[in-house]
Amino acid sequence: MKKILIVDDEPNIVMSLEYAFKKKSFEVYIARDGGEAIQIAEDKIPDVILLDIMMPNVDGYETLKQIKNNINLRDTKVVFLSAKNKVADIEKGLQMGADKYLTKPFSVKKLVSEINELLN
Amino acid sequence: MNNYLLISIIIVYLALLFLIAFWAEKNSKSKWVNNPYVYVLSLAVYCSAWTYYGSVGIASQSGISFLTIYLGPVISLPLWILVMRKIIRISKQHKISSIADFISLRYGNNRFLGALVTLICVFAIVPYISLQLKAISETFEIITDETSYVSTSILDDSTFYIAVLLAVFVAFFGTQATDASQRRKGIMTTVAVESVLKLAFFLIAGIYVTFFLFDGTTDIYQQASQIDNFKQITSFNGLESGFNWMFTIMLSFFAIFLLPRQFHVAVVENDRERYLKKAIWVFPLYLLLFNIFVIFIAWGGNLSFDQNVNQDYYTLLLPLQNNNIVLAMIVFLGGFSAVISMVVVSTLALSTMVSNNLIIPYGFLDKFIKGNPEKNANNIKNIRRISIFTLIIIAYFFYVNFSYELSLFSIGLISFVVIAQLAPSFFIGLFWNRGSAKAAKIGMIVGVLTVVYTLILPFIMNVLTGSNSFVDQGVFGISLLKPYEFLGIDFLSPEAHAFFWSMFLNTFSFLTVSLLSKGNYRERNYAEMFVHNSNYTNLQDGAFVWKGEAYVSDIRNMLNRFLGEERTERALNLFYLKYGISKEEEMADAKLINFSEKLLTGSIGSASARILIGSVAKEEPVSLLEVLKILEESKETIAINKVLQEKSEELTKLTEQLKSANVELLEQDRLKDEFLDTVAHELKTPITSIKAASEVLVEGDDMPIELRTKFLDNIVMDSDRLARLIHNILDLEKLSTGKEILEIQSNQIDETIGKAILGISQIASNKKIKIVHQNGNEIFANYDEDRMLQVLTNLLSNALKFSEPETGTIKIMAIKKKKGIEVVVEDNGKGIPKEDVNYVFDKFYQSKHQNIKKPTGSGLGLAISKKIIESHKGKIWVDKKFNKGARFLFTIPK
Repeated sequence: MKKILIVDDEPNIVMSLEYAFKKKSFEVYIARDGGEAIQIAEDKIPDVILLDIMMPNVDGYETLKQIKNNINLRDTKVVFLSAKNKVADIEKGLQMGADKYLTKPFSVKKLVSEINELLN
Repeated sequence: MNNYLLISIIIVYLALLFLIAFWAEKNSKSKWVNNPYVYVLSLAVYCSAWTYYGSVGIASQSGISFLTIYLGPVISLPLWILVMRKIIRISKQHKISSIADFISLRYGNNRFLGALVTLICVFAIVPYISLQLKAISETFEIITDETSYVSTSILDDSTFYIAVLLAVFVAFFGTQATDASQRRKGIMTTVAVESVLKLAFFLIAGIYVTFFLFDGTTDIYQQASQIDNFKQITSFNGLESGFNWMFTIMLSFFAIFLLPRQFHVAVVENDRERYLKKAIWVFPLYLLLFNIFVIFIAWGGNLSFDQNVNQDYYTLLLPLQNNNIVLAMIVFLGGFSAVISMVVVSTLALSTMVSNNLIIPYGFLDKFIKGNPEKNANNIKNIRRISIFTLIIIAYFFYVNFSYELSLFSIGLISFVVIAQLAPSFFIGLFWNRGSAKAAKIGMIVGVLTVVYTLILPFIMNVLTGSNSFVDQGVFGISLLKPYEFLGIDFLSPEAHAFFWSMFLNTFSFLTVSLLSKGNYRERNYAEMFVHNSNYTNLQDGAFVWKGEAYVSDIRNMLNRFLGEERTERALNLFYLKYGISKEEEMADAKLINFSEKLLTGSIGSASARILIGSVAKEEPVSLLEVLKILEESKETIAINKVLQEKSEELTKLTEQLKSANVELLEQDRLKDEFLDTVAHELKTPITSIKAASEVLVEGDDMPIELRTKFLDNIVMDSDRLARLIHNILDLEKLSTGKEILEIQSNQIDETIGKAILGISQIASNKKIKIVHQNGNEIFANYDEDRMLQVLTNLLSNALKFSEPETGTIKIMAIKKKKGIEVVVEDNGKGIPKEDVNYVFDKFYQSKHQNIKKPTGSGLGLAISKKIIESHKGKIWVDKKFNKGARFLFTIPK
């Protein structure tokens, strides 16, 4: 079973995603900010992390940096999921080492299929 | 000392001076040459051999009265900022190169007046120069072995050779440029160096006499006070002596302005006006230093020698008597420096006057009109060189034949009295525009004749007849006509007496004639320009009154002859550019005439320049009315220029304002972009949430009913949030643009607070948070109640949001203040982080500054509250010192 970590501070969005991925037989973990996310990631070693950028305390960029520095998480894919949709934002995200950058609002169906694609 | 050794030392010394002058000419841009100190030190050319030797002589005979000669200049110096600056400005504008030029130009460029001034100056200064030569000769004799050296003929007299060498020096460095108004850096630097040397050497001599020959100042004083006439020579002798003092001070006061050499160093050689500021304190200091030891050397001399020696040379004799040859040599060189600088500058100034105001205008103009530029330039220079040699030679012969009898002091004073005859027309003419040429001429002539009668004639009669009967009995034995006691004034010294009478008659004639006869238009024109100099500074060429006919080509030809084609072309191009006149213009206007006159003035003097230009221009007389009209117009032009200047400054200011407005607009534009960006972002979050939930619902046929309800609830919640956000954004927009019209009425603030509390009481009781409303007095205030409710609700719900359940307490109260009301809302929650305090009222602050989202709310509440309070002309802020939670305050004025 693939493990996915969803990191977002908007509970309503998380709820929808959790439901959708569980339905596709993912093992779903949830974090409400970057700090939580890093703890869970180190603990569970997810296959993919869905990462929001604008979060309280530790933001998405900082989280990504720490994940990239962790040797245990070298196979973990990271996908940014953000409302920031300017070309500059996207380029910055990819440059920092994200495997994909998806913008809000998104289609859940398409998101799930893209994650699947990424993992195969 | 050996004759030849001394001559060799003198030659080496002179060679050094030549070298300095040469170096300074070559490095005329160097800061060693161009600084205020060179200017101030060159002013010290005032201290000639008279100061160096003569002061001691006079001090030993008549005590402290030698000081009067220095008190005049010291008193005059504070006036320099006013008077000298005016003189310098006028001289610069008109390219004036001597005092004769200055006076003749002031009185309508009068040729005769220029010549008269020149003659008076020559008459006064040549004997003075000869006295300087006498000082060289006598000190030379003293320092060499007197018995071995007796001058038998000119060719045997070393003074003659020294005089010739000085003439060569002046001729070489003084006539480098044809334009006499140009500065001679070489000569001025040498003079400055000599001023340092003579002062230093004199101080050395003074210290030597006071502290080595005697045991300090007290010792000399005590010994000197034993001499019989001590009291008489160290105190004033009543009112009469006071008058003598006053007149001598006045005399030296005039001299510092009028002596040709002083006018030359102070005005012609002035590089920058600001040097005057330095001069007014450094120059008096210099004079003070020079005079410190005079009285001690004099007493020392009186104590050491009997009456047979010449007291003038105590400074030299004292070291010699004590066999200190080196020191005597130093003293000699100091005196030599004083002589050289005086002779050099005086000759330079006089020769310029003689050539520009006497020889050229009265004899050489025709020749110049026919000559070519190089030839003319050479001729002008040669005339000056010949004048230099002639002056020095005349001075030399005067010294050989006449001046054995007189002391440095008396000839110096006579020359001052003669020069003082220029004072009325010079000073009064500077400040009173009625003074006319005729008056100036008559005044000067009357003055000089008076001096001749009361001072010079007795001297000549004495030499010719060998008796004093003229002085004792007067003309035809009439005692009222006694030259030293004219009209019975018998208590003044001959010089003071002559000064008093000549000045009185001179000034009287000048004023009377000026009042009786008006000058012609030319005089009025220049008088106006000199007296109200500051009015015409910018428009000198325009303020010139001239009417007539002249062809540009004629004037150009005339200029060519003196300046050469290249310089003429350059000058005219500048002129055309300045006044925007077409080069094709055939007829010359007043401006060009004036401009050309000024160009020529430097080379040949103002009077000659006027005659030359007059020879190619057909001038018509201008009536007094026209003169005044033209001058008035040029004043108006200045006024118009001023208005234009102001307009231009205004425009510059406007441009600046536009620029900063543009910057502000750009900044606002950027802020607007940022705002829209943030709005878009804030809107996306609930939309994303709604969209995701909807999709999940569509796909989730097998979803349990509770979950389905939850998703639907979420959708409703997010839609509400979206609606609220949009409402707030529009609200803020309305408040920011001032479209919102407030319904301001008198309300009781505590009632409104009550309503606000009621609105949130449900949430508060859910969180179990206490709200304390301190209510008591009836406080009325004017505000829009709906908007006030919005603010209060916002502040209260923020407080609720950040307060802990169960323990949280919110306090709210209104306070009556002098100028209105103040409302305080505070909670005991975690407070506002320090770094956020300054930003809480910004729109979407949290999302902008920390990459974090607010727990709930739009992020616009406080921004809207701030706008509402501001539109009530109130203020809202956070109490930064409050540390038990958050405390918000706002005021509303009455």
